Parts: sequence; C-alpha cells; structure tokens
Amino acid sequence: MALELFTEGDPIADTKAPMDVPIGERWSERKFRGRLVNPANRRKLTVIVVGTGLAGGSAAATLGEAGYNVKSFWYQDSPRRAHSVAAQGGINAAKNYRNDGDSVHRLFYDTVKGGDFRARENNVHRLAEVSVNIIDQAVAQGVPFAREYGGLLDNRSFGGTQVSRTFYARGQTGQQLLYGAYQALERQIAAGTVEQNARTEMLDLIIVDGRARGIVARDLVTGEISTHFADAVVIASGGYSNVFYLSTNAKGSNTTAIWRAHKRGAYFANPCYTQIHPTCIPVKGDYQSKLTLMSESLRNDGRVWVPKERGDDRPANDIPEAERDYYLERLYPAFGNLVPRDIASRQAKNVCDEGRGVGPGGLGVYLDFAEAIQRLGRPAVEAKYGNLFDMYAQITGEDPYATPMRIFPAVHYTMGGLWVDYDLQSTIPGMFVIGEANFSDQGANRLGASALMQGLADGYFVLPSTISSYLADGPFDKVDDSHPAAVEAMRGVQEQTQKLLSINGTRTPASFHRELGQLMWDFCGMERTDEGLRKAIDRIREIRQEFWSNVKVSGDWHSFNQTLEHAGRVADFIELGELMCVDALHRRESCGGHFRAESQTPEGEALRDDENFAYVAAWEWTPEGQPPVLHKEDLNYEYVHLAQRSYK
Amino acid sequence: MRSSVGDTGTGPEKRGMNLTLRVWRQQGPTVKGKMVTYKVTDISPDMSFLEMLDVLNEQLIMQGDDPVAFDHDCREGICGMCGVVINGEAHGPQQTTTCQLHMRSFKDGDSIDIEPWRASAFPIIKDLAVDRRALDRIIQAGGYISVPTGTAPEAHATPVPKKDADNAFDAATCIGCGACVAACPNASSMLFTAAKVTHLGLLPQGQPERNDRVVNMVAQQDREGFGGCTNIGECSAACPKGISMETISRLNHDLLGALRAGARPKS
Amino acid sequence: MVTVTDSTQRRTPKAAKTTSVFKKAVMAISGIVLVLYLIAHMIGNLKAFAGADEFNHYSEWLRTIGNPALPGATALWLIRIVLLVAVVAHIWAAVSLWRQARNARPERYVTKKAVAQSYASRTMRWGGVIILAFVIFHILDLTLGAVNSEGRDGEPFDRMLASFQNPVVTIFYAISVILVGMHLRHGIWSATQTLGQSNRRREVTVNYAATAIATVLTIGFLLTPFSILFGLID
Repeated sequence: MALELFTEGDPIADTKAPMDVPIGERWSERKFRGRLVNPANRRKLTVIVVGTGLAGGSAAATLGEAGYNVKSFWYQDSPRRAHSVAAQGGINAAKNYRNDGDSVHRLFYDTVKGGDFRARENNVHRLAEVSVNIIDQAVAQGVPFAREYGGLLDNRSFGGTQVSRTFYARGQTGQQLLYGAYQALERQIAAGTVEQNARTEMLDLIIVDGRARGIVARDLVTGEISTHFADAVVIASGGYSNVFYLSTNAKGSNTTAIWRAHKRGAYFANPCYTQIHPTCIPVKGDYQSKLTLMSESLRNDGRVWVPKERGDDRPANDIPEAERDYYLERLYPAFGNLVPRDIASRQAKNVCDEGRGVGPGGLGVYLDFAEAIQRLGRPAVEAKYGNLFDMYAQITGEDPYATPMRIFPAVHYTMGGLWVDYDLQSTIPGMFVIGEANFSDQGANRLGASALMQGLADGYFVLPSTISSYLADGPFDKVDDSHPAAVEAMRGVQEQTQKLLSINGTRTPASFHRELGQLMWDFCGMERTDEGLRKAIDRIREIRQEFWSNVKVSGDWHSFNQTLEHAGRVADFIELGELMCVDALHRRESCGGHFRAESQTPEGEALRDDENFAYVAAWEWTPEGQPPVLHKEDLNYEYVHLAQRSYK
Repeated sequence: MRSSVGDTGTGPEKRGMNLTLRVWRQQGPTVKGKMVTYKVTDISPDMSFLEMLDVLNEQLIMQGDDPVAFDHDCREGICGMCGVVINGEAHGPQQTTTCQLHMRSFKDGDSIDIEPWRASAFPIIKDLAVDRRALDRIIQAGGYISVPTGTAPEAHATPVPKKDADNAFDAATCIGCGACVAACPNASSMLFTAAKVTHLGLLPQGQPERNDRVVNMVAQQDREGFGGCTNIGECSAACPKGISMETISRLNHDLLGALRAGARPKS
Repeated sequence: MVTVTDSTQRRTPKAAKTTSVFKKAVMAISGIVLVLYLIAHMIGNLKAFAGADEFNHYSEWLRTIGNPALPGATALWLIRIVLLVAVVAHIWAAVSLWRQARNARPERYVTKKAVAQSYASRTMRWGGVIILAFVIFHILDLTLGAVNSEGRDGEPFDRMLASFQNPVVTIFYAISVILVGMHLRHGIWSATQTLGQSNRRREVTVNYAATAIATVLTIGFLLTPFSILFGLID
C-alpha cells in the first residue's frame, strides 16, 4: 500500500448526464434541459479559450460565431501551429458509408472496449453520436479528405477495428482538420468576435468567489505579465507527454495551463494513463530532442522481428530467416503484427529487455518490408508507403527498401487530464476543459483515429452547448486587476519568474527535463512496478529540490526568453511527474496503457482488476508537504459489459 | 547526467564534426543586428539542424551568454514554426523544413551562415525568430469558407471529383512557414496566398466566396508590405511541401476574372 | 457569385489598380504588344536580304500604310503611339514592382543563393534598363539618324549599312538583342503565368515555346547586322 503517498477523500460523481433516460437520448436530453443564453445577451459575456488545437480552435471559432466575446490564447506565433497539426492517421465517424454494419452504438462499444473499460460510458456515447456531424462540418469547410473516383469520401479501417470508419487526408489528417478549424477561427478574428493573443502563455488561473474568472498570462515576446478576465475559462492546452522529455509531441507542448489550474483546485484524473505508440523512429543519441512517429499503417505490411539470439549484432540482412523471431506473429497468431498499440509496444520492450533489441543501445526492433516488396513489388510498396519511407530515410539516413526499418515505442498521447463532468466542466465552476487536456473519453487506452474525433467533438459541438448552461447565470460581477484574487495570482507568477532567474545555478532547464524524462520512461513508462515507482517518486523529489536550487536561466524576464519559458514548464512537469507516479503506484492493476508488472495473466498479458479499480482516480492538489487527496468516481457499465481484452 | 551536450571538450576520441557557425544576432526589431561567429564541436551527422542549435544554446547558457532565439515546435516538419536561411537557402540545402534537415548534409570543418527570414512584413523578434502574423492576416482577409458550426449539409451531399480533391489537397499542404517569402528575391508571399486560393477554389464548397476571397487576400498581402511576384520560382524550389507555381497562375487567373466580374477588395 | 459591387465602386478603385497582380497584368499585356511588334520588326529586317530596293520599298510602305484613306504617316504614328504607351506602361509596372520589392526587404541577406532562378529571370531588371538604353540609341541612330552623319538624308538601307559596318555598333546591338532574347525567355513564361494561363500540364510547353520564340527572335535580329558586318549584304 502506498498510503503515506496520498490520502483518500470523498467520492466524486458526474451529476450532469440525465440518467433517467436511455443512453442514446442523454445528449439531446441534456441539451434540452440545459439553459440557453439569448443571442442579444451573448455579446455581454466573455469566454477565455486557452489553446488553438482541434479542441480550442474549434471552440473559440464556434463561440465567436454564436456571438460571445472570445479571447483566444496560444503560445506559438499562429493558431495553425498547434500540435493537432501533426496527427497523421485519420478521424473516426459512425457514418456507415461502407455499409459494413457500423453504427453509433458500435463506435461507442469499440471505444469503451478499446479504452479498456476505464472511460465514462455517457461521454463516449455522446462522442460517437457527434462524430458524424464533425465530418459534415469539416467537408463544408473545405477539408480535402481522400475521395474515391465517384467523388465520395473514402474510408479505411484503422487500429484493428472490423469496420471501415476512418476518414483521412493522406497522412496529414490532423493538419487538414486543424486548418479547417484555424480558418474558421481566423474568420471570427476578422469579424471581431475573437480577440487574438499570439505567443502568450497562461501561467495561472484567477478564481473569484469560487468561479474561474480569468487567467494570468505572459506575453512571450515582451515578457509582460498581465491579467485577462472573462465569465468562463476554457482550457484546451493539449496533453502532457513531454513529461517524458522525449515524446512525439511538439517541443513546446506542456502541462503548465492544466497543472496551474490543478494547483488552483481542479482535480487531475488518471494522470498515469499514457499511450505509448509502437512505431516510432528509435533514439539515436543523447542529443535527441524529440521522437518521430511513423504511421501505424506500416504494420499492415511490415513484419516485426528481432534476432533469436541475444547480442546478435550482425547486420539485419545477414541474419538468416531461421534465426529471426517474428515475435508478434508467434505470440498472437490471430492478430499478428496488427495487435493494438499497447500490446505491440510492450512486447517490443520485452524483447529489448531480453537483450535482443537492435540498433544503438539495443533499443529497437526491425520492421521488415522485404516480404511485402517481394509479394507486392517495390512500386506497390512505394505507392502505399512512399512518403513514410522517405521520412524514415530523411531522419535516419538509411534506405528502408534495402534494410529493415528500426522502430521503437515512444510516448504519444496522454489519456489522463483534468477531471470534467458531462458538461466538460472541471471541479472549478466556470472552468471547462476540452480535448486531450481533459480525461473524459479515452479511458486507459486510446484507439487510433479517435483523438481528432474527441478534440473536434468537444470544440465544435459539446462545449458550445454545455457552456451556455453556466453562462446563463452571467454576466458575473466585473473583476479587474485590483481584485485581491488577481493581485495574488499576478504576484505569484511574478515571484516564480523572478525566482527562476535568480537561482543562477549550474544546470540548464533542458538538463533537468532530460533527467526527469528518463526517470519517467524507466519507471512510469511501458511497465510499472511498485518498487520502481517508489524509487522514481523519491528521485523526482530530489530533482525538484535540485531544480529550485541549481537551475540556470539566462537573460531577463522582460524580453523574448525561451530558456525562461522552458524552465517554467519543466518546473510543472516535475510536479506532475510525481503525481503520475503516485497514481500509477496506487492503481495496482494493469489496464490499457498502464501495465503493472504485478498484475498480469500467466501468459504475461495485462490483467484488470474491476473489483477494486473500476473507477476514475481524480486527484486533488494539497499545499506543500501534504499528500494529494484521491477522489474516486465509480465507473458503471450499463451498456457495454466488462470483459477482459484478448488478442490471442 | 547522461547528457554530454554543452561539452566543449576536444578529446582525441571525438567522432563528430567541428563546425563554424555565423549566426545573425539581433536583440529586437529596432536594434541593428550582426553576424556572430561560434564554434560547435563533436556534432553527430545524425543530429537534426535544430538539435545542433540546441547544442550551441546549451553551451551559451552555461557560459552565461544569451542563447540564440529560434522558432521551432513540432520538429517533424509539419507545424511550420521553424525556418532559417542556411548558407543563403531557406530551410537549407534540402527541400524540407529546417527541423528535418540533418547534419549529414554538412561536412567536418564547414562554415554555416544562419540568418532569419528577411522581409519587412516579417519583423525580427529576436535573432532568428520573426513575426509571421502577416500570413494569418492574409487568411483573415478571406482564406476560409464561411460555414458556421452546425450548418453543414450531409458530407456526401456534394461529391467532389477525385482529381479536384487531390489537387486541392496538394495546395492545402502548405504549412505557412514563410520559406517562400524568405526565398523570393521580391519577398513576395504569393505562393502562400496562391496555395490557399487554389485549395479552396478547387472545391465546390469554396465557390460562393471565390471572387471575394482572391481579391481580398491579394489586397491584404500587398497591404502587409510583401513584394510582388515576378514568377521567378525560388518560392516553389524552397517550399518544404513542394507547392507548385501552378497555384500562382491559378490565383492570377481567378483574380483577373474576379476583377472583371466586379469584385472589389474591402477597404 | 457573391461579389462586392457597391454602386460607388463601379469603376476599378485605386486599391485594385495598385495590387501587385494588376501591375503584373499590365506588364504582361504591354509585353505581349511589344513581342508582337518585335516579330513584325524582325520580318522587316530580314528584308535586307532581298536587296536595297526591296528594303527601301518596304520602309516607304511603312510610312504610307492606309494611304490614301489615311493621310500621310498616320498609321505609322498610331503604331508608334501604341508602342510608346506599351513601353511606358511596361516601365511603370516594372519600376513600381521593383520599388515594392525593395521596400519588402530593406535589410538584405548576408549570404543568399539562387536555387531556381535562371540567368534570364535574374537579369530582367538591369537587362530591362540596358534594353531601354539601347532602344533610345537605336531610334537615334536609325530612325532619327542622329548618330551617323551619313545616314541622315540617305535611304534607310544605306543608313543601316552605315551603322552595322561599324563593329562597335554591331556588338552593342548584338549584346542588346541577346538581352532582349533572355528578357523574352523569362517574360513570355511569366506573362502566361501572370495572365493565369499556365498550369502543370502546360508548363513544359509554355517553357519550350518561350525559349523557341526568344531564340527565333534573337537569331532573326542578329542575322542582318552580322551579314552586313561580314559583307554578305552590301
């Protein structure tokens, strides 16, 4: 037991979903019961939206169209840079265009099961319902989805589902969907309904009379720290995979917005649920700054293998067929190389732990297309995967047509995030959290092509409906800079900024970040153990102490200072890392992306413990020196029956 | 610490390249800038160009110097945030983004000049980081289809010929990095604007606003202080997404047609 | 089509006239007029091979086109006015775009490499200035006869001989004609592009056509003076 690391508080529950009607009616019923704001009154109401990815961009645009005053914030130069832009694969929608038996219910079912029964049924069902509207909206905006010769939209099957429900725009679906939202947002900026705050980072939340009323933000160009007020605050700042330092996220992706909101009282749910993607380009050296994902579709034709003997360092092509271990095909004859992400990742780790990994440091496995090239011919392989092969060659300098690719898992997505109810409202009234920043729809594991779906569902359709119930009570009393809550928040941010600059130690923020990331990867990565997590927690506390006494940040605060930005983010990652380990330690079961070595089947597969852990762990921040408080939200499965996943 | 970055040691066992960097340093938009020379050692050919700059910056921070400011984010060639002129070429010698350029494109002992995008429409923020919001304002002028959320018809209501959809996609891959402006001898943003005009103009959904869109976007790019296009082709050669010059022809065609049809820019 | 057609904006407003694309269109159309003129001019020049009488007769015809319906050299003057307008428009657009480009990049690169631009496209501006200087000289020399004293009162054929038997004049002429050829090489492709008539399918054809027209005109213009210089025409 890890009792000394946390205490347990009152349970928590969603009270917004109308449970008195069947699941298929709950969303429309909620919309009907929710309160509305008269169009004429909307312009008297202000909403802050932090982040401009699929969720934040679409929410800001939609709220602007509805007539609210929106203030949008992003840390890059343009809203089009948000990391949603990098999503490759596709977006799911229950359109059933293929007439292959798909339906809202089937998408709902697949997503709940794929999330390993750790997502909330009501939210997932709504996501499936709304999915069809997203495609309509995107097409009308001019998103150039792939089409067939008849001019209709093409679909493909993705991530091991049995139906073809994934819409895609070559390997750049995220980019195209984001540009749709971005253009809608720019249209509203031009129309004057959305105020833009480029290169501005949220550093604190301002709470007045128990309501989220504004943020403290720093203009990254001038360094000016200022307050911004509103009637509601929407956070859409994305995931926190960069706590691992190396991940497929953008370098700037951070946890600061949600972490500082957490420290102001928002519960953080399931922080340890992390998705590790199996097909990434392996680490090359210690200068490495990020990892690059290669689309999962490669596993449709590539065969994964390692040498049978440990320490076999012959070049791949010199290893005879008989001395190769196609371990996924051997272990999972039914699914072979197409097993879900969490399983493919963990098995790659296992063979590398056995000393059979390939490439620098033995951290890689082969993804071999020799058989596919022989079977289909090189032109066919080129047509299908040419751009991915080029990307691989560009990054590694190796020719994947001649020698097998080397791949290794990398952190890709965080299912955890701030706790929200059915209305996407956090435990702080007036603060809403959407997209990857919340915890709500993906459970313990996310299926392919459902992150884009969630971001856009939240931003275009869910939040704009639910927020009006809250705003119907507004406008709230005017608040300005002189309010004690604002003064206190400003002072806190200024003090932290000054502190970071004054330490003048001997280590750069990046060096702390790397150390933290390696620790998280080793002990809170693909496999977690009681002992390892405890060790990690102790070490993180030491890192935190060292950080605050030995970090070196050059320059000053009142100018463009990227080192200072990074230092602030690393400080938050360190604190978050500790909570992730506590969460992982307390959840003594394996589920989805969370694999506890102590909880596995005799064959080494993840073993859930529904008896004791079918709940959402929502963590409450406590002042320095006191352990965080766990609030449990019980998960009840009315419509999808709890079952152990099996891919044998 | 496992990292050895920032290590300026020159042991005999060193395996990487030694390079001389001449980097544009400029404190702010109104201050004069200059090229400053730095040395970096032990650079692995597998590093990305930005990782090489990371090494330089770690070195500078430890020496108590101001690190070189440069924009970057996704580091996988899709966000469009990074971009510097390397030895006189936007994004360097390969047709890709700066983050996807690797040090194997250089040799030991090379001298590398690194400059920011230069255009009056892209004021320098600091060193290599520039303000490209002018491109967003061109989009604001009309680079969208007006379709408020919830008003969209069923996605299959309007089939789009595959060829048009594919060509629209090719144009839509523009990442807004600004390399076209940086490379253009006239500092023109024509390829950027043309890519958006082409993307939306090829789709049936983009037709109602087609004339206004092109007229207003072109008027805005002139207002931002970009140069005019003289069809030289440096833009397309530098474009990491290979946006073709054909898009510019299409923009011109649409613009002249729109002017003939009486479309006028909003003032 | 939804278009803003405010009644107060019926006429092309200033904003539209000054867009860089409008300037480019002006440049393209005036350029086309000048290319057509050059083709006619070249054909005229080649008449030198038919002998002095034929050439002088052709020259006389130019001055009397449309006679007697039109009095005197009306047609010739009309052509001259059109050409003058085209040249002025061409130069206005060029200067104005040049200035726009200079303002668009006040601080130049320390190091800048040309990747795609051809020698032709790079020399459009300075080449254009040299061509203009040549045209002025050319008119002074052969039209007004101000350069060559023997030419003033002589027949056009004699004036031509007098000029091109001077190697310096012929070399200046040759350099200028080659510059014109390069100017056309980029200009013709650029005009197609500016008028929105190029696309990926046509691009290769347009480029070949531009090269072909430029080459034919260059050779066509060089044949006569070199033949004179080397005594093939006298």
